[in-house]
Formats: sequence, structure tokens, C-alpha cells
Amino acid sequence: MKATILKLSAVIALALPLLANAGGAAVHLDKANVNLDNKDSLQRGAKIYMNYCMGCHSLKYQRYKRTAEDIGLTEDEMKQSLIFTTDKYGDATKIGALMQNNMEAEYAEASFGAAPPDLTLVARARGTDWLYTYLRTFYKDENRPLGANNTTFPNVGMPNVLWELQGWKKATYKTEKNEEGELVEHFAGFETITEGKLNDKEFDAAVLDLVNFLEYVGEPAKLVRGKIGGYVLFFLFLFGILAYALKKEYWRDVH
Amino acid sequence: MQTKLEQLMGWVDQRFPATKMWNEHVGKYYAPKNFNFWYFFGSLAMLVLVNQIVTGIFLTMNFNPSTFEAAFESVEYIMREVTGGWLIRYMHSTGASAFFVVIYLHMFRGLLYGSYKQPRELVWIFGMLIYLVLMGEAFMGYLLPGGQMSYWGAQVILNLFSAIPYYGEDISTLIRGDYVISGATLNRFFAFHVIAMPLILLGLVMAHLIALHEVGSNNPDGIEIKKDKDENGIPKDGIPFHPYYTVKDIFGVVVFAFFFCIIMFYMPEFMGMFLEAPNFVEANPFKTPDHIAPVWYFTPYYSILRAIPSFLGTQIWGVIGMGGAIVCLFFLPWLDRGPVKSIRYRSIWYKLNLAVFIICFLILGYLGVKEATDGRTLVARICSVAYFLYFPALFILSKNEKTKPVPERLTD
Repeated sequence: MKATILKLSAVIALALPLLANAGGAAVHLDKANVNLDNKDSLQRGAKIYMNYCMGCHSLKYQRYKRTAEDIGLTEDEMKQSLIFTTDKYGDATKIGALMQNNMEAEYAEASFGAAPPDLTLVARARGTDWLYTYLRTFYKDENRPLGANNTTFPNVGMPNVLWELQGWKKATYKTEKNEEGELVEHFAGFETITEGKLNDKEFDAAVLDLVNFLEYVGEPAKLVRGKIGGYVLFFLFLFGILAYALKKEYWRDVH
Repeated sequence: MQTKLEQLMGWVDQRFPATKMWNEHVGKYYAPKNFNFWYFFGSLAMLVLVNQIVTGIFLTMNFNPSTFEAAFESVEYIMREVTGGWLIRYMHSTGASAFFVVIYLHMFRGLLYGSYKQPRELVWIFGMLIYLVLMGEAFMGYLLPGGQMSYWGAQVILNLFSAIPYYGEDISTLIRGDYVISGATLNRFFAFHVIAMPLILLGLVMAHLIALHEVGSNNPDGIEIKKDKDENGIPKDGIPFHPYYTVKDIFGVVVFAFFFCIIMFYMPEFMGMFLEAPNFVEANPFKTPDHIAPVWYFTPYYSILRAIPSFLGTQIWGVIGMGGAIVCLFFLPWLDRGPVKSIRYRSIWYKLNLAVFIICFLILGYLGVKEATDGRTLVARICSVAYFLYFPALFILSKNEKTKPVPERLTD
């Protein structure tokens, strides 16, 4: 029996890599080292989101109040610095409300071709690495209606919203021969055209804060589940010792 | 105090066979004393079933099945605003996958030790029916969160019914309750998922257990312990289920719960296998995801479905293949003609046959998660053929199988 299992696992171990290699060439993604324990980062990320993203992208499953509590802001701080949206009466959105914005769907579609999606769950759908890479790979492209393109998401409808921080880049290409000897254009890297408010390093850090915030918004429970899980596992470990001792005690008279 | 309690019990027993039932199924149910690792999964399946029902009840309190939009929103409401909602939801979503892990291992145990063989044919049949209903339950439950994979996964599976000649379209419409998958579909799937299927499931579980306790448990040696009883009519190799296996199963439950909690608390998506990334996007009938894959527990059959090409102008063959892969399992008790139950005493041919079957099942499962390429389709076809060959091969090799001698009493 043991031998069969061994053989079985050996065959699988050999077979799986053979099957796995046939995938398409995916875009290279930079690793986003998100850290939900870093409240300062979450607050900075929230600030960038409210200033640059919220106008188009709602966070409609999340509430301002909960966000303030979780990222370590008081309600007043939240109201004064981060709530820029208004309710249907034109007053500032209430702290207990969902984080919706004021963009009309029809206007959005007319302007961008498609309504900007809600981003509450984008970190769970796309992954933080993708977001981190995507937000840093916009470049100037006069052929696009809004003057910007993206190497991670080619021909995306979204303009380069963070240009003020990042400045403008252009994509450079190099021509190489591929395996069949044909000349193919490869993306070689970005060149700065104009400087932004932040240098590259600062911009990367700012985007990381933003992605960190989106990771939090995607699953607020993530702030607590690891901690609760620790207690549960600790309890199960102790209970397991007792359960094993009990089993041993009962089973002494079986053999 | 004790006598009062005994009096009360006596009063109840005269009116309801409480003590009799307890003794039949637990207190004086004599189980073989050599149950090993593989024998934990039956009680664990019960545990997961209870988990699904209890967490399911609490999820229903806040879930809104009226439309895809409402369903998706209410799931996020549960995840964010319901006290402990995220925990209940993760218990349910992790539990769904855990159910299949446990059930697959439980079924594999049956294959290892010939537990489906005479006199336990009905135990196996009831078990297979549980597996079948469980797949329906899981499929319908997967539509409920209202995400992209929910919608498109259901689209793929419901389209299979359209492949049925003549009545296909009508059957699809009947199942959907609409000409497209819509809120009506979501509502009826919800009804089936929370009431109809669980009721059937509970009934089948009872039948499975009653049938098992009637004939008695098999064991890793595949010996009938009832054939060797002492002067009191108790099997010499049997021990009462309670307290021996109850305390043993408690330990099994704790170990299982430990792994369950690691996944639930630290990786509830389980690398996109338990909760798929596209399902965090609300269902959109106008936008097909790049790659539609069913959840991992369906992928072996999905692979078989994809591997079979359509010919004679219909795709029905793939559907038949997929269904047939499950139906074949029902006939195992009669396909296996060998006199010996346990793999311990069976021939090398039986072991090889089983090993090939399991490997193919796993490879098919792996391929079902991946996008189909020419190479993968070829592998899937080979594995599909090998999967089906298990059954005739078993039928033939078990006829005059050269087996090792089976001992009189349990060996360990």
C-alpha cells in the first residue's frame, strides 16, 4: 500500500510540471508588499484615494465611519479631511453612509466609454500585485482619446489620473529577433518626459499606500481574522492534547 | 437523583425507543477495533454537514436572493456589517470545499478496503446518492454570491441541458425559470439550496447510517467481524462505538478543525481555489470572463466533458461522458467480483488498476482548472479513457483474481 502511494505521488509529481508549462505569456507583475498593520500607510492611501480616485470610482459596499475606525482616524478627522462627496441634497455625505460618489452613469459612459467600476473589491478580484503594477505603468500615448495608455492593461479607458504625482513617461521599444527570426518590437522601459511632484521612489511608495488601502477596503475583516485565528488555533492545540490523552486513556484496554 | 433520571428515561422509553436507538447506533454498536486514519472521514463528513447547515441558517438571515445585484450586495453586507458575518461566510465557503475533500477521501477509503462489496451494496448506493445530491447542492450554492464565476459557471452547466436532443431548450428554460439566467434562477436555486437539497441530503445520510449499522462496519482487513462472536453474541474483534470511537473521533475532529481553521482564518480564498478571484466582480451577462473554470471539486468531470469532442452535430457525448463517469461508480459493487475486500490481500493488478484510476482522476481534476490547450486536451482524453477503463478492467481482473490469504481475525 505504501509503495502504491509512493508510486502514485511520484507519477503525479512528474506529470504536473509537464502539464503546467503551456500557459500564455503573462504580464510581469511587481510585488506589492502590502501591510494592513501600517495604519499610517492606510491613512495615506485613503487620502490618495479620496483625492484622485473617488470622483469616478465609488466604494459602495464600505462605509466612511467603519473606514475611519479601522484606519485609525476620528470621525471628525474623516469628515474634515476625507469626505468630498455629497448626498442627494448637496450636503456633505454623512459619516455613516456608504462611500458612493456623485458621478452619473450616463455621463461616465459618455466620457470614458464605460462607467468606471466600483473598486470596493478590486484588490480581491485583481490582486494587489496587479494593482501596484497597473497604477505605475501609465505612459503618454497621443493615439488614445485621453492621451494615456498602460502596459499592464493595454488600451484601458482610464486616463493617467496620477500624472500630477508621477509626471509623464513615454514607453520605449527595442526591436529584437524572435525564435523564428522575425523582428518583433519589445517594450524596453519608460523614459521620463516631465517630472511630477514625487520622484520615482516616492511615487512607488504612494501607490503602495493606495494599494494597501484598497486591500483593506476589499476585506475589512482581514484586520481581525488573523488575530482571532491565532486564538482559535491555540485553543484547538490545547484541546487536541487533551483529546489525545483521553483517547489514549480509553483505548488502553482495547489492545 | 440518579433514580429520578432513570425513571424519566424509563418513562420516555415506554413511549419512544430512545435507549434502544442509542444502543443500536452508538452505545452497543460494535465496530471493528482496527479502524485507521481513513476511518475518520465519515464522522468528519457529518461534522461538515452540520457546519454547513448551521452557518447556512445564519447566512440566510441576511442574504437577499432577489437579483444578482442584491445577492452580491448582501454577501458584502454579511462580510462587512453583520456581526461575525465574515466568519460565518468563511465557515460556509471553506466548509463547502472541506465537504468534498472529506467525501472524496471517504470514498477512496471505500475503494481501498472494498467497503462497497457485499453486504454493503446499499451503503455504497446511498453514499453515491449523497455525493450526487451534494454536487447539486454545491452547484446551486455557487450561483448565490452573484459573482462573475457564479453566473458564467452556471451558464456553462445549464447550457449542457440544451445539448439534450429535442427537449434541451425547454428543459433549460424550465430550470432557469427564464430565458436567461436571472433573478428568477437565483431565487429557485436559493430555494433548492436551502430547503430541498438539504432535506434530501439529511434523509440520505440517515439511510446511509441505518444501512451501515444494519450490516456493520467494514475494516482495513475486510473481514466480517460478526462471523466470530463470543458467548454473549458480541463480535470478538468489535468494540462499542461509544466510548471508543467517540473519543477517537473527537481527536480527529480537533485535528481536522485545526487545518480547517488555518485555511479559514489565513487563506479563505485558498489561492483562488475555494473563492475564485473573478467572483469578487458582480455578475455581468455582457462580459465573459477570460477563463471559466468550475470550482476544484467538479474539475475531473469538467475535464471529461471538455475532452470529448462533439460529433454527429451534437455536443451531447461530452455530457453523457461526464454523467457516465459518475454513474459508473454506482455499479462498483457488482463490477467487482473478487471474493476479497481489502486491498491488503488483493492482487497487484487490482492495486495497479486502482492507482491508475486515482492518478487519472487527479490529473483530470488538475486539467479542469486550466485552460484547454491541444496538449492538455490530449492528456485529458487519455486520462478520460483510462478513467472509464477502470470499470471493465475491474470486472475482468476480479473474476479469477489471485489473492493473498485473508486472516481469520483482525491483524492490528
